[in-house]
Parts: sequence; structure tokens; C-alpha cells
Amino acid sequence: MSIDLSQFHQVFFEESYEGLDIMENGLLQLDVNAPDAEEINTIFRAAHSIKGGAGTFGFTIVSDFTHVVETLLDEVRDGKRSLDQGSQDLLLKSVDCIRSLLEALQAGSTPDTNSSDELKQKFETLLSSGSSPNPAVSSDDGGSSEEPPKANGWKVLFKPQPHLLMTGNEPVRMFRQLIELSDGQYHTEVNIEKLPSFTSLDPEQCFLSWTLYLHNPVEKTEIEEVFEWVLDDAEVVIEAWSENLKSEIEEQTEKDEATSSDGPVQSSETDSLDKTLSSEDSKEVTKASGPDKVAVKAAPAKESSSIRVSIDKVDSLINMVGELVITQSMLGQLGENFDASRIQNLQEGLAQLEQNTRELQESVMKIRMMPISFVFSRFPRLVRDVSVSLNKRIELVMSGEHTELDKTVMEKIGDPMVHLIRNSIDHGIELPEIRKQNGKPETGTVELNAYHQSGNIVIEIKDDGAGLNKEKILEKAILKGIVDENQNLNDEQIFDLIFQPGFSTADQVSDLSGRGVGMDVVRRNIASLNGSIEVKSETGKGSQFIIRLPLTLAILDGQLVRVGEQTFIFPLVSIVESIQQNELELNNVGGQSDVLKLRDEYVPIVALHQVFDIQTDNKVDEDEKIIVVVESDGEKIGIVVDELLAQQQVVIKSLEENYQKVEGISGATILGDGRVALIVDISGLSKLSGASNKTIESNRHQAA
Amino acid sequence: MAKILAVDDSASMRQMVSFTLKGAGHDVLEASDGAEALKIAQGQAVDLVLSDVNMPNMNGIELCKNLRQLSSYKFTPILMLTTESAGDKKMEGKSAGATGWIVKPFNPDQLLSTIKKVLG
Repeated sequence: MSIDLSQFHQVFFEESYEGLDIMENGLLQLDVNAPDAEEINTIFRAAHSIKGGAGTFGFTIVSDFTHVVETLLDEVRDGKRSLDQGSQDLLLKSVDCIRSLLEALQAGSTPDTNSSDELKQKFETLLSSGSSPNPAVSSDDGGSSEEPPKANGWKVLFKPQPHLLMTGNEPVRMFRQLIELSDGQYHTEVNIEKLPSFTSLDPEQCFLSWTLYLHNPVEKTEIEEVFEWVLDDAEVVIEAWSENLKSEIEEQTEKDEATSSDGPVQSSETDSLDKTLSSEDSKEVTKASGPDKVAVKAAPAKESSSIRVSIDKVDSLINMVGELVITQSMLGQLGENFDASRIQNLQEGLAQLEQNTRELQESVMKIRMMPISFVFSRFPRLVRDVSVSLNKRIELVMSGEHTELDKTVMEKIGDPMVHLIRNSIDHGIELPEIRKQNGKPETGTVELNAYHQSGNIVIEIKDDGAGLNKEKILEKAILKGIVDENQNLNDEQIFDLIFQPGFSTADQVSDLSGRGVGMDVVRRNIASLNGSIEVKSETGKGSQFIIRLPLTLAILDGQLVRVGEQTFIFPLVSIVESIQQNELELNNVGGQSDVLKLRDEYVPIVALHQVFDIQTDNKVDEDEKIIVVVESDGEKIGIVVDELLAQQQVVIKSLEENYQKVEGISGATILGDGRVALIVDISGLSKLSGASNKTIESNRHQAA
Repeated sequence: MAKILAVDDSASMRQMVSFTLKGAGHDVLEASDGAEALKIAQGQAVDLVLSDVNMPNMNGIELCKNLRQLSSYKFTPILMLTTESAGDKKMEGKSAGATGWIVKPFNPDQLLSTIKKVLG
């Protein structure tokens, strides 16, 4: 029976990548001077599984290469070899190498073996230099040097030790194999000498021994194979036996038959067993051909990205769909003979449908949610590599790895995070000597943390390095013409300058200014995910970058508002409160438009119809208008709208893809009645209207 | 037709073994490590155990020792799937009570012909 192994390839690749991650993490965490036995074992196991799978599924390039890795790990595991920085490096490189080999194989191309061969050579050098002269494992135990003798017949003495049965080896099964080999030309002798008296007989022990004769020419190795597993539990002597001795044997057999009733019983038993076995055989064959025919050839594994989904999530999805089907059939029935009296039922049905849809939607979204550890997992290696190359000592502390977020968001947040972490190591954390001088521990710390906060995921990257240098940043920003010399900026606003386009330059004015390199790109990438980034820093103590991202890109909880004829949507998460204008105390600050005094805070006010130049209707009295107080990037603004409408979930459509980018608008959606509504980008709107400047002014006003 | 317990921490190996055995008409139970396998074996009688050696939680050798402690698994064939063709692992398996071994890598045909040795 032949089975198409390619159907298992996808699983093999996926688990091998997981195995490589395990190896990489394990190697990074490993203290080379005092390696933890269980950790070494885990790394070894991962390598071992990859090698085994690769061999089984025909990827010999991978299994050959992984073999040397495994051998090294095995020696470490057995305490025959100690690890050092060099071998740790080599092992980490091998992880990369195996990964690239697998990726090439998965893509269906022939992997480039130059680098793997080179690396393998290094491993072999290391292995041969080691204390243990571990000979290359010969894969064939058969001993090909010795020509297997082929005789016309064989005499096999089989004398099991009493405990044989306890190993699960059953003599009858071995005899059956021999019978198969003999093609039915055989005879047997049984020796019952050791059989104790009936009263002291232990049925779980084996007291019999046998001599088995095969009358036909068979390879000796084939017979050896039958007894392969019992060589330590039995005496097995295989001798060539020729046909002309047969008569003598026959005589003896007759004698045996006369003296012992066991002999014939034994052979007739095996005879009948032989028959049942052969009939079983044919059954197996017919059954085996079944799956072969229906086996669908697995589609070539391309760039199809897949996610692993827990059974719970799938079950809840199926459950939802079931509910939906019930509701649908109920509504269908209702529609068949509908009259006005049944409106109540219809409404109930529709309400149920709405709930089903919402739950179904939530379940589907959950499928896309994955723990952020998928992103975090690559950072230990990054930190190690970068810090080694910079001669810095850095400890990476990660928490909140299980925080879930949408797969698409996750894929896009990796690069900005790499950039930020690299910056923290490169420009944030000082060299060990400098840290020591400043009374800090020589080993710097970079902390990664992730958690959920009001519908967002927050990712923090924190270092205990030198912090941002305010003066230098301001100096440079003025030099670059980003800010005016006379502008009064608070700390936050100064730090924010590093995200300004144009701030970044390749020339490093000082050890800190390099922070600005590419930061505008980081912010833009995060903004494209509807997220935000802010930075906090304290000179000498370190910096902290805080990224806020929506959990998913596809759906938004929105507050619908009306301005004139238009409907806009505010993200619900950013709304602090909504107040009717006539209940408020409005101040006029510095001759500019209104500032709202909200309890102890001054909040600048933006009129949406002014910003977007919309004809506002006169139906609503000025005092009746609503101010929606929203918060973005830690700043509050009040937005004046005509009316608050419903709250609902909206499916976000990209405005950029379908039209063009519009300042102050993050996207669009299609409402139930078919009209398009625009989704307001709060921080964009705040900038567009100049509200952020007003905040400063109002704060000054407050301070004054 | 036998009830076989396939134990391996690698999902692809488990799938391959399971698919092959089911194709040959056997009932297959799967476990991803020794501890899980032991639990399954305690719950129901199986005719054959095929187990990987290197696994987390409980490895194949320990599984074998544990199974042999159970009266219903005194004589049950237990085969170890091992890549270590070097003798020591085989010996360790044997002394733990394993019936025999299958050396990885193996293909489905080799697997079927090997288990035929201990079934029936």
C-alpha cells in the first residue's frame, strides 16, 4: 500500500517552524555556563522531531543537516560536552539555516545548500574535536560488509528466557513469520524439558524451547529479523541446514510425536493460524486500497498563510451558525403567509437575527485573534544579536504575551516594534562602563508589555537607558525648521518632535539624536493601523514608547452623528462624554473659537461643519447642538454636531483604496440604508483644526 | 483489525502513523505524550502501543515502564519509534519492557509490515 505522504507536509512544516522557535527561544534563554537539563532536553527534542519528520517525509537535506545539530545537542544532554558562546552561536545559526531550508522546500524550490554545507562542516569539526569520538551513526545495523550466507535450509534454535512473554513478544507470532518465510515448507520440534509440574506451573512464564526447520532457501538476515527484538531475551541459534539431513530429522520428529503430545498440537495450531493470517492478509490488502484511490493530492503549499484555531472557537462558531439557521427558518416560515397581525413576531425574529449576526461576527473575529507572543517571540534573538554586536549587556523582559490581537494588525506591527527595540538598544541603553559610572546596573533592561485597554491593545516598550535629550531634540528641530524658536513647548511636545517627518536624518549629531531616524515612518505605519504612538522619557532614567492599536481593523464600534445632511461616525472608544451645548460654560480664549470649561479642564472646541465645510441645518437651535468630548493621544477636544444618532458596529472600508486619503477621516462605511458615512479620525481632526495648539493656549490660560 | 495507541509529540508523525494504520483497517487512538497515552491506556484496553521515545511530560521509556505495571498491559506489544539506531536507546527501551522498535525514518509500508509482527 502506498500512501501519498505529501498530505502531511503542511503539518510537518508548521510544526517544524514551531520547533525551530522552541529551539531558538531555548538557546537564547540557555545559560551556557550552567545549562538547565530540561531546557537542553527541550531543545534536543525539537531538533530530534524535525530530523525525524524530515527523514520520514523525504526531506533528506533537512534531516542530514539536523542530524549534526542533534548529535551535538545529544552530547550536551548526556553531559559529554559543555556549551560555550561559540557553540551556542553555531546552534542559533543552524536554526536559521534549517528554517531557510524548510522555507525553500515548502515553496517547492530546491534549497541552496552552500550555507548549510558550510555550517555542517563547522559542526563536524566541532564534533570531531570534542571529547567524545562519536562515530558517525551507521544507519544500517545489518552489517553490509558480511555477505549474508544463503543456505538451502535453516535450523533455528529458539530458547526463550522465562520472562519473554512479559516483553510483549509472543513466540507464536514469530513462528508465523517463519512459516511465511518458509513458504509452507517447515517443521518444528518442541523441547518440554524445562516444563515444571502442573502445580508449580506459572502460566505467565515461558518454559518451552523450540527447534524450527525451514526447508527452503531464505536469506539469513530475514530469519534474524524475525528474532531481532528478542536477542536479549532468548537464545537464538541460526544454522544452515541441508535437505539431506531431512530424513534423519523426520525420524526424530516421529519420535518426538510419540513422546510428546505438544509437538503435533503446536504445528497444527500454527498451521491453522497461518490460514487465518493469510485470509486476514487479503482483507488488509483490499481495505488498504480504499484510501489510496480517494487520497486527494495535496495542493502545492504556496504562500497560503494559515492560522491555528482552538477547537473551542470553532465549536462556538458552529453553534452560532446553528442558531442562525433556526432564526432563518423561523423568518422564512413567517414570510410564507404574512399579514399585519404578525408584525410582532417579525420584529422578534429580526431582533433575534440581529443578535445572532452580532454573536457570529464576534466569533469570527475571535478566530483572527492571536496572542501577541507570535510577534514577541522574535525579539529575544534580536536583542541578543544587537546587544552582542554593540558590546552591551541587555536583559529583555516580556509580559502580557498572551494578549490577543487581530492577525493582520499583528503582521503589520512587527516591523515598527523591531525598529523601536533596536533604537532602545542602540541609542537608549548605555555601554556597561557608562552605566556603572552613572550608578546603574551594568546590564540594561528592555521591557515589552502588552495588555488590553478599553477596546484597544496597548504595547509598551520601555528601557532604562539614558532617556531622550530634550535640549538636543529642540535644538535640532529648530535647526530643521520644524518648530519656531519662540514656540513654547512642553516636554511631551518636544519628545513628540522625534516623530515629525524631516526630523530624521542619517547624520548622528550625538549619541541620542539617532533616535529620530525613521521614527516618522514608525508613526505612519502605526497610524495606518488606526493606532497611535507616544513617548515618555526621563533623562538618565530611560524612555518608554506606548503604542495603542485597535484590536481589529475590520470592525469599529461607532457613534453615528448628524451634521447637516451628513452622517459621520466617531469611534466609540474615543468618546468621553456628550453634552448639550446650552448646559455649558463656553469661554472665548485669545479671540479664537470656543474653549469649553469642562469641570477643571479646558477643552478646545471644533465645529465639524466648519472643518469639513458642510452646510449645517438651521433646524437645530444653536443651544440644542451637542458637543461630543473625545480623547485622542491623551488630549481632549469637543466636537460640535447637530444630533446624536444610533450606536452601532460598522464595517470599515478603506477610503484610500476606494477614493483617496482625506485628512481627518480614517475610513468610510456603508449604512443600513445604503448611504456612505465617513469615519472621523479624531487625532487627525484635532490637528486639522489646530485644536492641539489651542490646548496649549488654554492650559497657559489656566495656569495664568 | 486492532486497536492501536499511537503516541508522538509530533503532529505530522502522528497523522502519518494514524492515517496509515486506519487505512489498514485498524482503530487508532492518538496521544501527544506519555502522560496522555497512559491515561488513555488506563481507560480502555488497546492491542498495541506505538510510542515515540523523546517526548515532553513523559517520554516513551517511562510510558513503557508505567504500562508494564498495569496488569492488563503485561503482555501487550509496545513498539518504540526511535531514530537512535545506536544500541543504547533500544536497550533502554527493552529493559523498560518494550517489545521492539521501529527505526525512524520509516515509510507507511515499513510501518505496516513491522506491526504485523506483533498483531494477531
